[in-house]
Parts: sequence; C-alpha cells; structure tokens
Amino acid sequence: MELSELIFYILAFIGIVAALVTVTANNPIYSILGLIVCFFTISAHFVLMNAQFLAMVNIIVYAGAIIVLFLFVVMMMNLNDLPRSNTHIIWKISGAIGAGALMLLLVASLKVSGNLVQSPTKGDIGLIHSLGHALMNEFLVPFIMTSILLNSAMIGAVLLSKREKQLQK
Amino acid sequence: MPSNNLYLAVVVLPLIGFFVSALFGKNLSKKVVGLIASSVIIIPFFIILKAFIGLLNGGEMIHFYLFKWFAVGHYSVNFGIQIDQLSVLMVMLITGVGSLIHLYSISYMHDDENYSNYFSYLNLFVFFMLVLVMSDNYLGMYIGWEGVALTSYLLIGFWFKNHEYNDAAKKAFVMNRVGDLGFLVGMFFVFYYTGSLEFTKVNAALGMGAMVPPLAFIASAAMFLGATGKSAQIPLFTWLPDAMAGPTPVSALIHAATMVTAGIYLIFRSNALFSLAPDTLNIIAIIGIATALYAALVGLAQNDIKKVLAYSTVSQLGLMFLAVGVGAYTTALFHVLTHGFFKALLFLGSGSVIHAMGGNQDIREMGGLKKYMPITYATFLIGSLAISGIPPFSGFFSKDEILAMAFQQNIVLWVLGVAVSMMTAFYMFRLLFLTFSGEFRGSSQEKSHLHESPLLMTVPLIVLAVLSAIAGLLGLPAVFHAPHFLNNFLSPIVVHSGEGHPHLNASTEYMLMAIATVSGIISIGLAYTKYVSKKSIPSVDTLYTGLSKWANRKFYIDEIYDFLFVRPVKWVSDFLFRVVDKLLVDGIVELSGKVSILTGNVIRSLQTGQTSFYILAMVLSICFIIGYYLIGI
Amino acid sequence: MDIEILNGVSVQQYLWLTVILFSIGVLGVLSRKNAIIIFMSVELMLNSVNLLLVVFSKMHADTLGQVFVFFSMSVAAAEVAVGLAILVMMYRNTKSINIDILSKIKE
Repeated sequence: MELSELIFYILAFIGIVAALVTVTANNPIYSILGLIVCFFTISAHFVLMNAQFLAMVNIIVYAGAIIVLFLFVVMMMNLNDLPRSNTHIIWKISGAIGAGALMLLLVASLKVSGNLVQSPTKGDIGLIHSLGHALMNEFLVPFIMTSILLNSAMIGAVLLSKREKQLQK
Repeated sequence: MPSNNLYLAVVVLPLIGFFVSALFGKNLSKKVVGLIASSVIIIPFFIILKAFIGLLNGGEMIHFYLFKWFAVGHYSVNFGIQIDQLSVLMVMLITGVGSLIHLYSISYMHDDENYSNYFSYLNLFVFFMLVLVMSDNYLGMYIGWEGVALTSYLLIGFWFKNHEYNDAAKKAFVMNRVGDLGFLVGMFFVFYYTGSLEFTKVNAALGMGAMVPPLAFIASAAMFLGATGKSAQIPLFTWLPDAMAGPTPVSALIHAATMVTAGIYLIFRSNALFSLAPDTLNIIAIIGIATALYAALVGLAQNDIKKVLAYSTVSQLGLMFLAVGVGAYTTALFHVLTHGFFKALLFLGSGSVIHAMGGNQDIREMGGLKKYMPITYATFLIGSLAISGIPPFSGFFSKDEILAMAFQQNIVLWVLGVAVSMMTAFYMFRLLFLTFSGEFRGSSQEKSHLHESPLLMTVPLIVLAVLSAIAGLLGLPAVFHAPHFLNNFLSPIVVHSGEGHPHLNASTEYMLMAIATVSGIISIGLAYTKYVSKKSIPSVDTLYTGLSKWANRKFYIDEIYDFLFVRPVKWVSDFLFRVVDKLLVDGIVELSGKVSILTGNVIRSLQTGQTSFYILAMVLSICFIIGYYLIGI
Repeated sequence: MDIEILNGVSVQQYLWLTVILFSIGVLGVLSRKNAIIIFMSVELMLNSVNLLLVVFSKMHADTLGQVFVFFSMSVAAAEVAVGLAILVMMYRNTKSINIDILSKIKE
C-alpha cells in the first residue's frame, strides 16, 4: 500500500465519520464541528491532488466564512439549547430509505459508466498560477459576475434582516 | 359624378343622423337632436324631388355602382343604387311622410327620457328603408329588409320597461324572420336560374325565358311568403296589431306608411317574375281579400284607438295585395301612396288624441273631443273620409281602381271588396264618432287636461290632410278622360303592361263608382245613427256575444297560433331542455368537472405543506429519473 | 477502469467517497427537521460534488473543473448568506427553526 493510498483512506474515514456526526448530532454545535472536520478532510484531499489553490479557498470560504457564519447564528440565537424537535420515526426511516436508494442508484451508475480515460497528467493544473490565468483570461466576465452576485447576496442578507427590525418598531 | 354623390347623400344622410343622435344625442339638447334628425330626412326629400322632376321629363333612370361588395366565383355583388320611377315614388313617400313624422315626433316625444335614442332609431329605420327601395339588386334590398325589421323591433320595444311591449317586439321580429326565409329562398331561386341578382339583369333574363312557369311559381310563392311577413298578411299578420306597442309616430311611419308596404314594393319590383306565375297571383288575390275581410271584421269590434287603425292597416294592405293579385301593380302602388298619406294622418291624429288623453287609448272613455281639438278633428275627419272611399278624397280613387280591376277579374272579388270597403267606412266612422262626438266619458282629471296639440304636431296633420285630399289626382279614372299619371309614369317598370287600364265601358265604371260611394255613405250613416243618434257605447269586452265576441277576440287567431305553433315548439324545447340539455349536455359537462374535483381532492392530499415530504418526493423522483436512464442503458 | 490519479489511489475510490458523502448529506436533509442542520447537510452535498469535480479535473488534466469549483464556492457563499438571513428571520418570527413550521405557509 502506497503512502498516498494510506493517507486517502485515513482522510476518507475521518471525513465520513465527521459527516455522520454532522447529520446525527443533537446539538447543532457538534454538527458544526463535525462539518468543519469534514471540510478540512476535503481540503486535504485537494492538497493530495495538488489542487492547492482550491484547498486554500475551501478552507477560507467554507471553514473560515460559512461555518463561522453558521456558528455565529447558532450561538447568537441560542439555538443549541433548543428543545430537540422529536422527529417522527417514519421520517427517519423514509429519509434513510430515500438516501439509501439514491446512493444505490449512484453506485449503480458508477458501475455501468466504464469509459473513464486518463489524460497525460500535468501536475501544475491546480496551482494558483494556472488557475489565475484561466480566471483572468477565459473566465474574466463570469469572475466579475461573481463579484456582483456576492455583492447582491450581501445586500439581500442585510435587507432581509433589517426589514424585520423596521417591522418590529 | 357629382349628381351621383348627391343621390348617395339621400341614403347616407339618415345614417349620419343616426350616428350623431346615437353617439352624441345624450350631450346635445333635445331641440338640436330633433332638428338634426328631421333635417337629415327633409334634405333627401328635396334631393329626390330633383330626380323625380328629371324622370318626369322623360329622363333616364339613375343607376350607379358604389363599390364591389364581394365576389363568389364569376359573380360579384356590387352595392349599387338605382333610382327609377318606382323607387323615386317610394323614396318620396318615405322621406316626405318621414320628415313630417319626425317633426311631429319632436313634440310628441319631448318628455321621453330616451329621446335621442328614439330619433337615432327613427333615422336608422329611414336609412334601411331607403336602402331597401334604392338598391339595384335583391341582396341590397334584403339588407334593407332585415334592417327595417331590426329597427321595427327596436321601436316597438322602445318602452322596454313594459314586458308586454317587449313581447310584442319579439313577436314582430320572429314573424318577420319566418317571412324573410321565404324571401331568401325566392332569392336563391332567382339567382340560380338567372345568374344575377340585379333587377335589370334578372328582368332581362326572365324576358329570355330563364325560368319555366313551375319554377317561377315556386320562386314567386316563396317571395310572396316574404311579403306576407313584412306586409302583415295571412298567415303572418298577427304581429302588426301587437306592434302598436311602439310610440304612435312609429306606428304611423313604420307600421302604416312605409315598412309594411315593402311587400308590395317587392312584388312590384319582381313583377316580371310574378307575371310568369298566374297561380301565385291568384293566391295573392285570395289571401289579400281574405286578409282584408278578416281584418275589417276584427276592426269592427276593437275599442283601442290604435288597434282599430292597425286592423284597418292590415285590411288596406289586403286590398293592395288584391290589386297585385289581379295584376294591377300600379294600382297597388297608387293605393300604397294614398294609404301612406291618410293612414299616417290617422295615426298621427290618434297620437294627438292619445297625447291629449294622457296616454289613454280606449275609445269608450273618449267622446266629445271635437270641442277641445278642432284641428285634430278636422284632419281626422278628412283621413276617415279618404279611407272610406268618399269622393273626392284620395282613397276613393285608389280604392275604386282596385275594385274596378277586381270586377274585371272576378265578380266575387269585387263583391267582397265592396264589403270590406263598407266595413272600413263603418269602423272608421265608429271610431271618429266615439272619439270626437257626444259627451266626454273619461275621468274629470283627464277632462281638465284636454287640449289641442302644439303647432309642431298639428302642422304635419294639416299637410297630410291636404295630401290625403288631393292625392287622388295622381290617378284619375279613365272615364274622366284625364291622363292617368301613375300608369304613364310607371309603365317602364311594369314588364307586362297589357292590363294597365281598366277596359270597362264608361257606364259600368260609373255604376261601380256609384255603388262604392253609396255603400260607403250608407255605412257612415249606420255608424252615425248607432253612435251619435242612439249614443250607444261599446260594452266592456266580457259582455260581447256572438259574432262580435269573435271579432273582438280577433277570431282567436292568436290562440290558434299559440296552440298550433307555440305550444309544440315549447314542448319540444322543454323536452330538449330536460333530456338533451339537462341529462346529456349538462351530464358531460358536469362529469368533466367532477372528475377534476375528484382528482384534485386526491392530489390535494399530497400537498401536505411539509417541506420534508416535498424533499423526499424530490429525492425519490430523482431516483426514478436516474433509474430510468440506467435501465434505458 | 482502475485509473490512478495519485500513487495507489484510483478515480473509482474517490467516486465511492463522494457518493458516500453525498448520500450522508441527503440523509441529513431528509431525516432532520432542524433547518440549520438541513442547511449544513446541503453544504456537505455541495462539497462532495466539489470534490468530485476536482477529481475529474485531475483525471482529464484540465483546469476547467477547478474553475467551476471556484464559482460554485462563491455561489455557495452567497446562498449561505441569504439562507441564514432567512433562517434568522424565521426564527425571529416563529421562535423556532423547525421546517415543519413552513407548512403554515399553506394556510
């Protein structure tokens, strides 16, 4: 067994366990912590595949921004000591069945799709150098559009929470 | 050509008047509306007078195309206007009497809330009537024919708040429809066999033998059915007495002077066709005299001033058809003209009376109006004398000519005709005496309200009275050795003019005249003794016995029609309603509705509103889609 | 079939990993009623797909896949911002973040 394979299995195991913790934990704080762990393992996978730029971005955006946002909301709203809503067992069973069915089908589709062709690997595609080139040349317009999207999302979020205050007054 | 435009204006002006009154009538003052509406009828009268003088001096008939309407195959229908000797007389009658009646209406209708609507309808009627008589083909004539039915419907039901009036309007409309079907069928025949609808071309084709007599019989009989509908002859006459629901000037214009003579005009216009079918002419004569007799009998026992005049109209129209039936087309038109004058006069006179009586139309509650309304009385008297056929008034000449023609054809027709004219004289003078002589029998409140009508109403009366008195000059009998103006004037229109003048010797004709006059005077005398000397007053409707009861109830024709036609139709429609509509149609419609409600209810239960359920459904659906593709692979 | 993108790790193995992560996300979305946790499950699903995109990008030696991941991350960031704002609103109004509350919209 190669070292990289070993690292892959370890990372995969940690990631799956963390993901399970995320969806099963009673306390949302635990969920969030599980999610952070899971995201870190995914970033590690990125590093394994020499996609360093995305690994950084993943940590910064997901772990740094999004998860912190979740954490903020949960803590500021005191959602962690909310009485656990007693989800009916039927929902759990049907959720498990639905997820299982989907997984089965995805696996089945993986099995039947056989024609995966390996291209000659170039090691540097995940580096910030090549990605930056791509973003600033071919994808310049979508890149700028992304900034507009983020800007409008920010305005939307502000507006959504602000209007509430005006209503309460 | 400018002169063509001038004649076009004859038709178009009333239409413009209609639009002005209909669109802006509510904003204009009543005076302006009345003035505009009247002037768009008066101006055409003077224009047509020019055409009349031109034709009188031997001018050619005016004929021009306006535009092509539509083309079918090799045949195209044009809108064309034809002003010949026949239509010029009709147009003069329509616009002349029409303008008098418009002037009269300004005063008569001045209190009505729908004043501008009234004038717009009246203008529209004149427009359609002019289209009817001025069109150069059957199709244009048919447009006018339908249009006058429509406006007649609108005007009969003018006081639409009264349910009975609406029913009367509907009755008139439906009965006219039945007749129109006949006209249409006749038109189909004419077009199929002559290949044209234009009068000149049709007549030319008929002259070349385009239709054999049996075909001509069917076509002319169908057209005659149309004429019976419009001109209120047996069997389609019951609408006309009911049509008196409309305002009185309308009755004078539409249901006495102009529209109801459209049937005569149609037959006169198609005289080339009718002359090919002697059987139809016989039928027309028989139906004409039967209608005349029947209506005169009913008229004897009516107590509503307008109903009497209505039945008198039906009766006179019957005489006109008798004239047509014996082949005397010009004589029929002569009577159309004189009848147009004196019947319009009588109706307007009755309108004046009704106006004074505050809307009451029952002659049993009138009497002694002579004192209060001298002008109305005098003009009404002239009208009555004219319709009774007393010389030298116009009715004498036209009626005498009809009777002479009938005498020539068949003595039985003549005898019946004289009987009709006796009855006419009797019921007209019964009406006159009951209304104007003796003591007033109405309530004291009505008595205090009695007054002579304003100038705007009496002037048309006087004009019409003068016309009624002198119109006989248009057609002096042959024995007077004066030229028969109408016969000469109209001879280009009548195709087989062989039977134009009565070829009776002078003594026979004098005798006929004497008999008619004397019988008329005897009737008047009878009416005088009964209603003036003995002062008898018709009893209330329920006390009638014997023949007079039958006459008062119009021989139960309405009831018979009701039994024969209306009820079966009602039964059938009831059946269709209950079985076909309720069960079949509604069933299918409701079934589709119920199915949607049912499926909706089932599907609604899926709409739980629970987000988790929706997501689950989404996931399962994705599974199905992926599964489908997997199996497809 | 066994294409190695790393020494000893094949594409197939990565596919297994992403499918498992994705299914765990789906399970979370389906079985939980807490809106925040559902939201996090959605993020998990997104991330697993991102991982898959990078794997394929690596396999085809093409930058495009990674560029797409970059965009998907920014969209996710925007989505989270707005989504959390909505959740905050919802909590303020109903004092609950149970998504069954949303069934009240039906009435």
